[in-house]
Amino acid sequence: MNAETICIVGVAESDEIGDLPNCSGLELQTQASRNALADAGLRKTDVDGVVTQTGGRMAAVNFAEYMGLVPKWVEETFVGGASNVSHMDTAAAAIRSGICSTVLVSYGTTPRQGEYATLTPEYADDFERPFGTCFPVGAYALVAQRHMYQYGTTRAQFAKLVVESRRWAALNPKAIRRKPTTIEEVLAAPPVIEPIHRLDSCLVTDAGGAYVMTTLERARKLQKKPVAFLGAGHSYTHRSIAQKEDITTSGAAISAPRALEKAGLGLDDIDVYEVYDAFTSQLLIMLEDIGLCKKGEGGPFVERTDFGPGGDIPLNTSGGGLSYLHPGAFGMFLVIEAVRQLRGECGDRQVRGAQHALVHGNGGVYFSEVTAILGAVA
Amino acid sequence: MSEPKKELRTLYKGELAGSVYQPTRAPEAQPFWDGCREQRLMLPQCTACKRFHFYPRKFCPYCDSREIVWVQSQGTGTIYSFAVVTQKIEPAFAHLLPYAVIIVDLSEGVRMLSRIEGSPDGVACGKPVHVTFEMLLPALTIPLFQLS
Repeated sequence: MNAETICIVGVAESDEIGDLPNCSGLELQTQASRNALADAGLRKTDVDGVVTQTGGRMAAVNFAEYMGLVPKWVEETFVGGASNVSHMDTAAAAIRSGICSTVLVSYGTTPRQGEYATLTPEYADDFERPFGTCFPVGAYALVAQRHMYQYGTTRAQFAKLVVESRRWAALNPKAIRRKPTTIEEVLAAPPVIEPIHRLDSCLVTDAGGAYVMTTLERARKLQKKPVAFLGAGHSYTHRSIAQKEDITTSGAAISAPRALEKAGLGLDDIDVYEVYDAFTSQLLIMLEDIGLCKKGEGGPFVERTDFGPGGDIPLNTSGGGLSYLHPGAFGMFLVIEAVRQLRGECGDRQVRGAQHALVHGNGGVYFSEVTAILGAVA
Repeated sequence: MSEPKKELRTLYKGELAGSVYQPTRAPEAQPFWDGCREQRLMLPQCTACKRFHFYPRKFCPYCDSREIVWVQSQGTGTIYSFAVVTQKIEPAFAHLLPYAVIIVDLSEGVRMLSRIEGSPDGVACGKPVHVTFEMLLPALTIPLFQLS
């Protein structure tokens, strides 16, 4: 950590999360932004950089105007669920280069009200959509099936990750699915797209989230303990799932080692993992690719590892997308939880003495993988 | 080749008319769609490195040559992976439930997404398949596959 270090100084969700027919995405995004600024002890007028991928086309200027911000810099890279993890790197770069000093990164959508169904089609869609592919879920099912075929992974091994997720969610008052579950219950849930069943899938909620970044120097004068952004790695391997040669390996195998190298840390240094969990199979594959076990051994690894409170590897301590919330893109909420863990604010679900967190965002149909390392500031 | 079912045609049209899916109809793929209409699976091949590629581009994504010719595929391949859709997610395909979406490795060395015509029974990774065609709309015929 040095003068170049950029920190996260405020994090928050929207006032409400869940099924919100009376809120627009922009309203939820504004609520979260207001809350994140209050968390940091900053005012709206302190913000000179705005980053978001939601709010329509020209997302950042739309949102800035809606909330009443006049930024000097905007960024709106949209790479699916990994977007807000990726934004930490660009926001940090903008601050470091002197373009701006205080960046608000925000997110807000209402998928329960049908938002998100209107993504603009792209050329690659012409070779997918006419076949009834039901993407993104269909793509995740294709990957899960191939992993099962190639490595003998079982649905019960995937299902254990739901059980672990609920154990954390039980300790998070904001989580939506807090009741404990069993592997048997997960297996018995109705199928959506085989081999993915309902409880293997993330929630669909309306929600907003936001975080604020600035320099360490400035962060030290604010009200909350800053959390340092130590580095990130990115990988964008394809756009259409049929374009990826080996679909059982994701770009996390590239992004995670790169992020750790940037941070000058190894997996042994990581105390808490916040890893995107849209589907149990996707999470298991990410655990392999991050390097927690060898490729193909995710099934037995998940079986023998305790990922819950007080366990071997604290994973998705908020309950994750499977149990806490999932408004279309969960990357924002991975960052929020990692920051709270490193501040020591998590109450019953606090990982004691957490110094370093690995945040991994996955987006689209395994096409964007972004890993970031965050660290507590003494 | 099966004729378009009325329900499918109506629903799919509804979907096309709505915001769910509008094909981009990029001109580089026109020979592919024209081939489908004639029940021929056409693939772009590079005359420099001889590799096929898919989806269609006007250059070879492997060697960057712009010398591309269209060649009729043998229409055979093996299933790389599959997913069985069991619930109504896209209304236009609800009447087909359950059905298997597949990734197929064609004999020419390219991979494409498609669907198994009819029941998903017996579909498995590694199984051989061959092409068939279905008219979704008068202007849109797509390649499907059957277990060989």
